[in-house]
Amino acid sequence: MSVVNFTPVSALVGGVLIGLATALLWWALGRIAGVSSVLGGVVTEPGADNAWRVAFLAGLLVAGLGAVLLVPGAVHFDLKAGAGQLLIAGLLVGFGTQMGSGCTSGHGVCGIGRFSLRSIVATLCFMASGMLTVFVVEHLP
Amino acid sequence: MSRIVVAFLSGLVFGVGLIVSQMSNPAKVIGFLDITGSWDPSLAFVMVGALAVFGAAYWSSRRRSAPLLSSRFGTPTERNIDPPLVAGSLIFGVGWGLSGFCPGPAVVSSAFGDWRVWVFVAAMILGMLPYRFRLGRRSIPGEA
Repeated sequence: MSVVNFTPVSALVGGVLIGLATALLWWALGRIAGVSSVLGGVVTEPGADNAWRVAFLAGLLVAGLGAVLLVPGAVHFDLKAGAGQLLIAGLLVGFGTQMGSGCTSGHGVCGIGRFSLRSIVATLCFMASGMLTVFVVEHLP
Repeated sequence: MSRIVVAFLSGLVFGVGLIVSQMSNPAKVIGFLDITGSWDPSLAFVMVGALAVFGAAYWSSRRRSAPLLSSRFGTPTERNIDPPLVAGSLIFGVGWGLSGFCPGPAVVSSAFGDWRVWVFVAAMILGMLPYRFRLGRRSIPGEA
């Protein structure tokens, strides 16, 4: 193992911004900023308490659009997987996050921040299977 | 109205954080998960920063009876470590490792213009449906 491409400062700054966003949603609305639950709610429960969810997703999209239009040099994006692999990966991410009640944001940030044992277990599970998957894809023939 | 503005701002800041930290860069995520190869530990710092801020906000909010713009805190109530939690999280991790995308970064980078991200997001939404609409589902109040 060797350590490469290490960018701790931008990672920490970005992490603090994510933390501020989740804190804002919690303090103002009392809601967990878990993207898989927000998206799953919008898609499958139209008419429910969805206005804030749609607004949150719009914020994510405007962030992406604004960055790529206004400061394209600051947007790092390198996607190696082909469409077929992404189709399978998307199905797994969609199904798994609903079955497991959360993803990197809901469990990994908000859940662990609340010291939720469920979220700690979930995060260890998706980290482990993610690492194992990358090992299989990148290092096995 | 103000609830919607706050939710939009939260999403906006969240998205900027994902871009600044490069969580929205699949190659960076795969570099983080590649512990046996050329490992890039940066994304652990994303978690440290986000956890510190949200943790402080959550535990300081425990003195309040309600959020500023809402009647109650939607604190998740489920406590059990059950098979769906473990199995679902393991399945999610496989998709995360295959692509480098988890849901937030996928939504953000769908605005970058690469059509392959749209394939991922469409598949992700499709993949959400079966478990959401399964027979005999329990209600999941305040899920994470």
